[in-house]
Amino acid sequence: MNLHEYQSRDILRRHGIPVPPGEVGETPEQVRAIAQRLGGRVVVKAQVHAGGRGKAGGVKLAKDPFEAGEHAARILGMSIKGLVVRRVLVAPAAEIASESYVGIVVDRASQRPVLMVSPAGGIDIEEVAAQTPEKIHRLAVDPRYGLLAHQSLGLALKLYRDMPQARAAGDIMQRLYAAFYAVGASLMEINPLVTTPDGAVAALDAKIVIDDNELDRHPEIAALRDPSDEAPSEVQARKAGLTFIKLEGSVGCCVNGAGLAMATMDLVKYYGGEPANFLDIGGSSNPQKVVDALRIITADPSVRSILFNIFGGITRCDDVANGIVQATQQFPLTVPLVIRLTGTNEALAIHILTQAGFSALTDMDEAVKQAVAKARAEGRAA
Amino acid sequence: MSVFVDQETRLLVQWITGRDGSFHTRQMIGYGTKVVAGVTPGKGGQVFDGVVPVFDTVADAVRETRANASVIYVPAAVAASAIFEAADAGIALIVCITEGIPVLDVTRVLPYLHEHGARLVGPNCPGLISPSKSKVGIIPGNICRPGRIGVVSRSGTLTYEIVHQLSTHGLGQSTCIGIGGDPLIGTSFIHCLSAFQADSETDAVVMIGEIGGTDEQQAAEFVQTGMTKPVVGFIAGQTAPPGRRMGHAGAIISGSSGTAAEKMAAFSRAGISVMKRPADVVPLLQERL
Repeated sequence: MNLHEYQSRDILRRHGIPVPPGEVGETPEQVRAIAQRLGGRVVVKAQVHAGGRGKAGGVKLAKDPFEAGEHAARILGMSIKGLVVRRVLVAPAAEIASESYVGIVVDRASQRPVLMVSPAGGIDIEEVAAQTPEKIHRLAVDPRYGLLAHQSLGLALKLYRDMPQARAAGDIMQRLYAAFYAVGASLMEINPLVTTPDGAVAALDAKIVIDDNELDRHPEIAALRDPSDEAPSEVQARKAGLTFIKLEGSVGCCVNGAGLAMATMDLVKYYGGEPANFLDIGGSSNPQKVVDALRIITADPSVRSILFNIFGGITRCDDVANGIVQATQQFPLTVPLVIRLTGTNEALAIHILTQAGFSALTDMDEAVKQAVAKARAEGRAA
Repeated sequence: MSVFVDQETRLLVQWITGRDGSFHTRQMIGYGTKVVAGVTPGKGGQVFDGVVPVFDTVADAVRETRANASVIYVPAAVAASAIFEAADAGIALIVCITEGIPVLDVTRVLPYLHEHGARLVGPNCPGLISPSKSKVGIIPGNICRPGRIGVVSRSGTLTYEIVHQLSTHGLGQSTCIGIGGDPLIGTSFIHCLSAFQADSETDAVVMIGEIGGTDEQQAAEFVQTGMTKPVVGFIAGQTAPPGRRMGHAGAIISGSSGTAAEKMAAFSRAGISVMKRPADVVPLLQERL
């Protein structure tokens, strides 16, 4: 789960990392009042889960509260990479002497959290990695002992020659590492970590991604989720316990298991079709999940045919068949349905489907071919 | 001989009394696996289905039954604790079926396992099966046939699909291993490939990967330098959009090194026959055998 900048800044502040003040406004009036309180020049920053906010015109400097309100009026409601801006962060325009980067990510190769620092801050770290990889310093932390003091100081000295500044940055890294485990993050970035003309070190902008598997353990973090940032169908799917990702094609897919779901999408493409979605109904088989899945797929107007691909292991084919029958009793389907199921209780499932007037296939390739052909025929008719 | 499990495997089931644990314990016993003990804290002293003694702790179970492998069905929030407990009790092979374990929990578990000399398969995996010998986990026994093909996969149901293709065309399996779809896992493709290379009952290997990370590329390098047996490979997620998590926490493309195209190219360079779709597995294997 992605957190907004203002949420990320709050978390860092609570872990003792120096973060300049700032408040969130949802209307130009609120923004004017915040700018008045802060005094002096302020930055108005769009709060959306998209990079390149500055380039898109979502970050503006204001010399006074009036101008801050004007900027807010323009930024609020604007769309950045398809996401509508509903909130802006208002923060004092800091005098900046230098910009660095500090981040932590779980590294698959070393199987450890890796701390990354770079004196080239303020720009996208991927860009630094591509252009000047020698400016990124990495350290895999042994989680048994945590980030050791000499390690953080050593990295901080790659950023600052001044010892008090290096010590301050080292302390920030220690606190960032502690926060990483405390909130269950999979990514934490301070970009930029700045020095001010008077020598202070502070986190100006922050990005945090939380491991979804940690959310049950951290209800206070789970409460930070912003549903306006997700497609409504994806929110609906998450509530139903399904994993769903909307795509651009016309063949609606309903599959059990993520790997098989991806392989099914690939096969749709192989036979000349385009998948309309990724949908994994998960391991357990509950007819209601199938009903919910069909409801979500059929709500997509670009779907021209629906393909079920079920390999019954834990999932029982008869549960899926019952779900299909229940769903079509609740809401009639307007597009053709192709069902492939094999494995646990396959014969029973085929009996249930046949009784209800459906037919079922047992071969995956044959089912995908039919679903693609039907989507194409429907597309022509439409 | 087979890989990681055989008739000598003395299995312990952690959370044997739970919904999934009890169901799959019955399946495993039915398949012929030696399930010697179960553990559910608070249920010690019971006897599961009249045959499997239940203990409060793994240490008690190991002392009483000499269990040497464990399969874990405990809920995600406490699954890491269950792995620690099994390793601490001296279990050598720990198979964690549980899905949804926080990645940071796994960063703590892995060094502990290393210190204790234990192997973890998973988490978030279907386990492993040596057809007609032993089944540890949830892979449906009825789709497998004994034979000489090794199967290693990051997926669950996609593995079943491919194993099903093999079995229906007379290509039996020596061992099928689901290593799990999470970003951090205990047993990698390379561990399994090297075990299959050393296994006298395996003639060829099917490797099923997916988008995300670089494990498949490293595995391809290993195949090129460390294997003489033929390998056939598949990558799921050829049509997945970048930056989106496809169900498995590991299945996300970030940066160019995680794409299906790059992984398939690495396979080809290493002399691995690349399947475009699951049904290709049989003809490609027949070419190489």
